[in-house]
Amino acid sequence: MASRQFATFEVAGQLFGVEVHTVQEVLSYNEYTPVPLAPPAVGGLFNLRGQVIAAVDLRVQLGMVRKALEGPVMNVILRGDGEPVSLVVDKIGEVVDLDDERFEPPPDTLSGPTRELVVGTFKLDGRLMLALDVTAAVDTTRATT
Amino acid sequence: MEDLGEIVGEFLMESHENLDQIDRDLVSLEQEPDSRDLISRIFRAIHTIKGTSGFLAFSRLEKLAHAGESLLSKLRDGVMPVTPSTITTLLATIDGVRSILSSIEETQAEGDVDIDSIIAQVNAQMKAGEGAPAAEAPAAEPPAAKKPADEKPEPLDETPKRAAPEPVENQRKPLGEILVEQGGAQASDVGSALAQQIEGDERKLGTILLDEGKAKPAAVSDALQQQAPKRSIADSAIRVDVDLLDTLMNMVGELVLARNQLVRGVMEVGDATLVRSAQRLGMITSELQEGIMKTRMQPIEHIWSKLPRVIRDLSNSLGKQVQLVMEGKETELDRSLLEAVKDPLTHLVRNAVDHGIEEPERRAAAGKGPEGTLTLRAYHEGGHVAVEVADDGAGLNVERIAQKAVENGLLRAEQIPNMDKRDIMAMVFQPGFSTAAKVTNVSGRGVGMDVVKTNIENIGGAVSVDSTPGEGTVWRLTIPLTLAIIQALTVDCGEQRYVVPQVAVLELVFIDGNSTKIEYASGAPVYRLRGKLLPLVRLDKALGLEPSGDQGVYIMVLQADGRRFGLVVDRVLNTEEVVVKALNSRFKDIGLYAGATILGDGKVGLILDVSSLARRSHLTADAERQNMEASARAKAGSGTGERLLVTAVGERRVAIPLDTVTRLEEFPRDRIEHAGSREVVQYRGQILPLVRLSHLLGAYGEEPEGDTVSVVVYSEGGRSVALVVDRIVDIAENSTTARRDAEEDGLVGTAVIQQRVTELLDVRRAILAADPNFYTDLENDDMLVEA
Repeated sequence: MASRQFATFEVAGQLFGVEVHTVQEVLSYNEYTPVPLAPPAVGGLFNLRGQVIAAVDLRVQLGMVRKALEGPVMNVILRGDGEPVSLVVDKIGEVVDLDDERFEPPPDTLSGPTRELVVGTFKLDGRLMLALDVTAAVDTTRATT
Repeated sequence: MEDLGEIVGEFLMESHENLDQIDRDLVSLEQEPDSRDLISRIFRAIHTIKGTSGFLAFSRLEKLAHAGESLLSKLRDGVMPVTPSTITTLLATIDGVRSILSSIEETQAEGDVDIDSIIAQVNAQMKAGEGAPAAEAPAAEPPAAKKPADEKPEPLDETPKRAAPEPVENQRKPLGEILVEQGGAQASDVGSALAQQIEGDERKLGTILLDEGKAKPAAVSDALQQQAPKRSIADSAIRVDVDLLDTLMNMVGELVLARNQLVRGVMEVGDATLVRSAQRLGMITSELQEGIMKTRMQPIEHIWSKLPRVIRDLSNSLGKQVQLVMEGKETELDRSLLEAVKDPLTHLVRNAVDHGIEEPERRAAAGKGPEGTLTLRAYHEGGHVAVEVADDGAGLNVERIAQKAVENGLLRAEQIPNMDKRDIMAMVFQPGFSTAAKVTNVSGRGVGMDVVKTNIENIGGAVSVDSTPGEGTVWRLTIPLTLAIIQALTVDCGEQRYVVPQVAVLELVFIDGNSTKIEYASGAPVYRLRGKLLPLVRLDKALGLEPSGDQGVYIMVLQADGRRFGLVVDRVLNTEEVVVKALNSRFKDIGLYAGATILGDGKVGLILDVSSLARRSHLTADAERQNMEASARAKAGSGTGERLLVTAVGERRVAIPLDTVTRLEEFPRDRIEHAGSREVVQYRGQILPLVRLSHLLGAYGEEPEGDTVSVVVYSEGGRSVALVVDRIVDIAENSTTARRDAEEDGLVGTAVIQQRVTELLDVRRAILAADPNFYTDLENDDMLVEA
């Protein structure tokens, strides 16, 4: 039975997950430099051990109102294509081991921006986890509504 | 196996260097066929390649190198003359060697490079040459004495011999020997000193001699100096992997950041000992940084060295004669920049040979010598390195470029007469632009110049071209010295801190709102910098932030792309060395940021891209030209023309002497009231009469749209009038000669300003139209005072 490990996190009460190997690290950070005129989903830039990292606000990517970056904010730093990029989330969850048989394609009723970012649904005990398409999730040039 | 890989790698690196040198030497040899030194040097280099390839069992390479060596040995012994065709054969051989080396580099094997045809060519050359021994090199000439015996010309089918090991030369000559030779010490004294050393005296030989008074200090130091250069190059220089240097560079960058943070922290604490240590750390860091930067600097010669060959091959195939002149080849540039400049430079050189320099017949017809000159020039210029490629060819055909630009839809035909010659020439940097009548395999396909421009701009440089018909063309690349660390000013705008590269900053002006203030010309903010209007860009506005007030702010006078403008920021903090970090591509489209950096407090700061700020803020090309003209005039020392405010009235351009302009204002349309038949406006507690220049000059056109009107206020003796214009265009200096007297009421004349016909306003007449009593009252006042 094939199984995969997912790092999970919450945004607006919904549990999301990305495959563990795409994640570089998870950390909380509280000083962000805003980038005027940048795409709305870009929350800002921060300094990760001398490296400049762009923080992408997952809320905005999901079509929600952006959250003010005040105080410590949780970042899921993804390895990204060539350079790391951070996803700003509400809360970090556990790393879960999931069998492929728990997987289902996204429900037909799921629509809007969320549908474009989600590759499938995993049925966990008591709740559902949406698996994110990592590339799409950090693609800030995507038209957001 | 690993070890062998390393040896092969070293061999490849060394051979590539040797080959480049051989290329250069062969081209020089063609110029001076009698140079024995050059032949020997080429011979030695190819011999080394042959020897090592034999050792590493690259038999095909060895065979090819051996063929080249055989031909060379005939040249060296004077059996054959040096002719262009032998040089061509030798160059072909070198190319063959080079392709085998690349194949080894890629596949670890020699590959199937066709060496047989090259060897056949070499053999044919030798056969042809043997029949006709060089007249200028009689066979009786004795072969060079230093030549080792095993390097005599050999028949090709014989298995090449292994290269003899290089003689161990250049080892340090013993100090004693030098001293004795120079007469600085007696041989017996040196002998006894040596004996002392052997017996256990740990002092140096020179010290012993000095201590015992057997030699004079001057003689010993002379001898030491002489001894020092004997240290071979192999001892004083080492090869370092560029990746390692890059890593070091990054680490030094981090160190600079850490130092900045530490220094800031220590200053806050204020402990004297700590401050001293921090300063010392600062100094060491700076020196270390400078040192590391130096290791990455290479003379531009490195990329120029391939060009003589390029030019030779190209000019031969085109039937042209080109002489290459290099000036400033020792000018150093950061390695990564050199790499980036290489291709654009090669392209410019090829282009100059292909299109710039004419065929010998055409040159002769134009009264020039048959041989064209291509000059490569490199020099430092204000924190930048300028690299020029200049030819003495026919020059660019401005009319044809203009015509082509119109055909391609890049320009409109009516724009052409107003355009500067250099702006038209700059069209050649547009994608897909080529004026070459025929497409050659070298250039003329319209790809290239735009790539040159893009590549150079990617590294923060600029390209320009200037040309004089019949005399030649100069292509100029301006390249920053280094990329990684820049001097920068940190500024505040709104809540955030931004970084401005210091190279663009000319001066800073504090705006207190009283003695210095921001003015508005038709809504466009300007500042009078020593009497000259400086267009302003508000950083907060450019960044789409809430604009702040006009008081207590700073103007940074910046220069970019030949444009000068002022950037309005809230606060200027300090200068800092910052490490430029590339910004993610997602921010490229914004265009306002050149990169990011980590500031002293550990936060990320955005580095502003000054030239795109200038572009984004719609500073027009006119402003640029005016600036350049003005500075050109200032340099020529002839800035005596009167300065004019150029306004637009309907379709016409009307100029007003700047001396008569007190203020430029904008009034909302609904504030205009009527007093009798006149239009007036309440202004600073006065009633300000308005006169519409369009009415005065009879230029009835459509009223410009908008809620405000632009006016030029003139004040004298406490009275003011306002002249209503459609638009403020520019400030210009009137140095024109083309000037006609007026035929129309309200004007004093017509002149050509900025290549446009411009009418000069009769200000007195205009003022009287607004307020017939303006001057009479003044005169009456004056009389009263006088009486």
